[in-house]
Amino acid sequence: MSNKEEVTEKLVINKEWCKGCGICVSFCPKNVLTLKDGKVDIADIEKCIECGQCELRCPDYAIYLRGKKNEK
Amino acid sequence: MPSAIVNEYFRTKKLPQIWCPGCGHGIITRAITVALDKSNLNRDKICIVSGIGCSSRATGYLDFDTLHTTHGRAIAFATGIKLAKPELTVIVITGDGDCTAIGGNHLIHACRRNIDITAIVFNNNIYGMTGGQYSPTTPKYDKGTTAPYGNIDKSFDIPGLAAAAGATYVARATAYHANLLISLIQKGINNKGFSLIEAISDCPTYYGRKNKKGDAVDMLEWQKKYAINVTAASKMPPESLKGKFIIGEFKNTTEPEYTDEYQKIIDNIGKE
Ligand SMILES: Cc1ncc(C[n+]2csc(CCOP(=O)(O)OP(=O)(O)O)c2C)c(N)n1
Ligand code: SF4
Ligand code: SF4
Ligand code: SF4
Repeated sequence: MSNKEEVTEKLVINKEWCKGCGICVSFCPKNVLTLKDGKVDIADIEKCIECGQCELRCPDYAIYLRGKKNEK
Repeated sequence: MPSAIVNEYFRTKKLPQIWCPGCGHGIITRAITVALDKSNLNRDKICIVSGIGCSSRATGYLDFDTLHTTHGRAIAFATGIKLAKPELTVIVITGDGDCTAIGGNHLIHACRRNIDITAIVFNNNIYGMTGGQYSPTTPKYDKGTTAPYGNIDKSFDIPGLAAAAGATYVARATAYHANLLISLIQKGINNKGFSLIEAISDCPTYYGRKNKKGDAVDMLEWQKKYAINVTAASKMPPESLKGKFIIGEFKNTTEPEYTDEYQKIIDNIGKE
């Protein structure tokens, strides 16, 4: 398991598991995400509406909402 | 720590998974765990069985009682498990090749028997694991390693095949339509009988590259653009459905289930 997680107030991203496919970036309705050096990166967290589309379609489980269920 | 769903239902030590970047199999595998989570079943009474293929590797990542079997035989193993222990919820994970080529006979007879198994077919229109040979669901004229000039076989409509053979719950969604997929899998699990859910996946590495379909994002965009829900489709003129494919629930009926019928025989013989 990886410990290279990036925790923001809304989302958690795990660059170690990310394969840079761009699916989350393309289907995010608010353009919150981008790719940087072949990995997912947060461009503007303010715009995130916590819809969970990124978590729903990430094939690598490398991005998810921080929401209640996912809180440690 | 990964998300709650992944942490709960995946063998996280085996992650990251081995699938190619953007492979839809990862999306579908997660959808299955969400559907199981929502189904509120006893975790110890679930068995997940797969065959061989990229798709069939999913069982290795899932933290349930799982069985990774031989190519084409997932449904055969699952049938044995269900008959030996009818109280189990038995789920099959299989590919289009695994399920409809080498395993095609197991599929049609499981449908015919209406045995209480839920099969989720990861359809990426190709043999991914072995390098892109065409499968029974490769669209006509599309290319594969074994069809460099185009495949001349007509492709299977898997839900149509399953429904005609006698499956009592039949549905289709895509990796893009993952929320729909989750609800259809849940309904399939609830059905007491043979349920088949086709999950359209994407294989950017072989099917995508050989057929100039772009990357994973392009392939999911295609799913989004060309899928029409069955309810909407029923109200549309046939010519407007050209080039589109239908998703949603196709069949949901109740018929006697195989292990119940078998139990009746056992009970009757006991009385004699
Ligand atoms: C008896 C047998 N025949 C052939 C193979 C080689 N083989 C392994 S996976 C596979 C096809 C996989 O295609 P599919 O089921 O569609 O899964 P995908 O890899 O595309 O997810 C084949 C032909 C095998 N392992 N065993
Ligand atoms: S939760 Fe929704 S809005 Fe926020 S990054 Fe993910 S897809 Fe974009
Ligand atoms: S969908 Fe997942 S693997 Fe793909 S770029 Fe986004 S975080 Fe990375
Ligand atoms: S070869 Fe295709 S099906 Fe197999 S992991 Fe790669 S993208 Fe997925």
